[in-house]
Amino acid sequence: MTTDKDNLRTRIQQAIQAQKRPTITVLSSLLAIQDSIGYIPEIAIEEVAVHSNTSINSVFGVASFYPNFRFTPPGEHSVEVCWGPTCHLKGATEILESVLEKLGLDSEGDTDDGKVSFRFNTCLGACSQAPVISVNHELYGNANPNIVPNLLGSLYEKENLHQ
Amino acid sequence: MKYEEITSQATAEWADMTGGRVPLIRIGTAMCGHAAGAFRVLKVLQKYLDSKGLEANIQEVGCLGLCYAEPLLDIKKPGKSRLFFNNVTPEEIEYIVDEYLIHDGYPKEKVFGYIGEEGPVNGEDSLESMPGLKLQNRIALRNAGHISPHDINQYIANGGYAGLYKALTDLSPSEVIDEVKNSGLRGRGGAAFPTGVKWSFLVGSPGPTKYILCNCEEGDPGAYNDKGILESDPHTLLEGLAIAGYATGASNGIVFIRHGHDGPIERTEKAIEQAYALGLIGNNILGTDFNFDIEVALTGESYVAGEETALMEAVEGKRAMPRFRPPFPAAFGVWGKPSNINNVKSLSYAPEIISKGADWFSSIGVNQSTGTAIVCLSGDVNRPGLYEVPMGLTLGEVIDDLGGGVIDNRQLKLLQTGGPLGGVLGPDSKDIHIDFDEMRSAGAIFGSGGIIVGSDRVCAVDLTRVLVAFCQFESCGKCFPCRLGMEHLLEIVERISDCASKPGDMDLMKSIGGTMEAGSLCGHGQLGFGPIRSAITHFEEDFRLHIEENRCPTGSCDRPKIVPKNTRPYATDHIAGE
Repeated sequence: MTTDKDNLRTRIQQAIQAQKRPTITVLSSLLAIQDSIGYIPEIAIEEVAVHSNTSINSVFGVASFYPNFRFTPPGEHSVEVCWGPTCHLKGATEILESVLEKLGLDSEGDTDDGKVSFRFNTCLGACSQAPVISVNHELYGNANPNIVPNLLGSLYEKENLHQ
Repeated sequence: MKYEEITSQATAEWADMTGGRVPLIRIGTAMCGHAAGAFRVLKVLQKYLDSKGLEANIQEVGCLGLCYAEPLLDIKKPGKSRLFFNNVTPEEIEYIVDEYLIHDGYPKEKVFGYIGEEGPVNGEDSLESMPGLKLQNRIALRNAGHISPHDINQYIANGGYAGLYKALTDLSPSEVIDEVKNSGLRGRGGAAFPTGVKWSFLVGSPGPTKYILCNCEEGDPGAYNDKGILESDPHTLLEGLAIAGYATGASNGIVFIRHGHDGPIERTEKAIEQAYALGLIGNNILGTDFNFDIEVALTGESYVAGEETALMEAVEGKRAMPRFRPPFPAAFGVWGKPSNINNVKSLSYAPEIISKGADWFSSIGVNQSTGTAIVCLSGDVNRPGLYEVPMGLTLGEVIDDLGGGVIDNRQLKLLQTGGPLGGVLGPDSKDIHIDFDEMRSAGAIFGSGGIIVGSDRVCAVDLTRVLVAFCQFESCGKCFPCRLGMEHLLEIVERISDCASKPGDMDLMKSIGGTMEAGSLCGHGQLGFGPIRSAITHFEEDFRLHIEENRCPTGSCDRPKIVPKNTRPYATDHIAGE
């Protein structure tokens, strides 16, 4: 266990050090860790506090404010559905129903097998193509509930698992 | 390098690319193209050209504004106009390439139109004669869809950085500010404050470190024009930022983008790198003694981070919560240094205003709203898109002429403008002009340019519920009128939507709204009642049916209400144990 934790700590430190933008802040470090590891482990809060010379409390205050941070390892695949007003008018509710049913979820969260993490998104920025789904950060516009089973089913096919 | 050397090299490259022996293929890969599948098309295209051993120059470009036609691909053969193909699917690539490039024929099944001085390729219509482009007057988006955002030379070859060069060599900083003031340019972020006046606030602030912040947080659902500019033509923003820096004596520019919007982030950062390499930003810009640095800063997901003082908090790496004012940003801004915050669109106009002059800009538009409006038209219209039109067009012209009318021959019921805090307008609003002041007096705002069209299948209560849910989700929680008020308003609107309202609910909402307006620290709370107020003004009947007759006129409210459950997540329960 200790080695795993040390290993994680090293990866966190590397993510903090590797930031290329000139201004390094608590938020920029947290975003770098999230990008590199996929979530904010508890020791990341400590590491950022040490690196930014601030308290664990302040760092957690920032991390818990922004809903894009997660504190547990994410599923292998990410699925986001936009619920902004345009997508809502164009049928996001039906898509959300279909996605939740396919994944066996009630709301935001991870599937039982840990394969897929599902999130709401307030705006994916492609309102002209509403409604929009994002699967592993690839956008699918003008979506309808009928494409959901295939789109999500493909995540479980062997050849896609290790892409 | 000297400006003349930079331009002559860029012009030569451009001439070679557009007039060379190899076909030039351009494909729109901005957010709208991406969502329509442009990257999947691009992948297949590259593979197919390789497999056939065909030589072609493929360039990713931004958004031509005709989002409904995405993925939009065009091929320019040497000596011919650009021939456009709309709504291209990966399966259709073979047909287009075989027919047009291999057999030298004409893939008429997929032809959309042409653009070019060489005239039609085979009798097709000019895209520029179609209302989608004819009614546009593209200034900030002048290059979008024409040049690659990845290549600074394509920008320079099309007149890029000429405005900055003119400012640095011909004009004093105060002349630049006068030019922007005289152009009548007003901030495009929502408040419509005169940009030149705003810049002048920073001039007198003590240096040497002063910041120009560019706000591309753009959390507004329904608006994607800031991201559209950064993805289509990031250099127009960088040039505008540098001009603002010169005019105000600022030393640093920061472009503030939401984490996760990878297209705008990557393209802006690449553009910054290229501009540094040519000495167009950095030290001694174009051989003068003007120094200006530009960097990108990211925010986490937070709508309130678009508020100017909350934005400064987020740049400093803190929670995006608004500050008290005074002190104002021009005196005490980011890191305590004098700062000036501008929207992407406002800054993107600056290069053309300086190049072509204030009189040219102020001759476009109406009354106190000069220049163009960058409209993101979405919802129940036939041709949703990113349209840059002269200020003063009516909403009816936007919906019918640009947007091709309401889908399925339905009736127009409502328009949601200016983002979730803006307001909704009724079907009688078609005669309202896009004019900051006229729209405000009609009870809506032009805001950042989003116009969401709702047809008669939309229930005003249902839409209001989603807008209020958004505002509640995004309340930062700093001040209680907004934090508690939004939550309480959502509870009541949900109750009405469920046809389970209590007596006095309408008055209760108005009372809560009044407290929020009077007692909130920033615009989020002050304007948070706006969506409800405008909805109950224009759609009283929809509310009455839910309250008195216990029914939803369109059935929309009978569907399950699937929205995120928390405001800011209270993550303490979820932190991983180790």
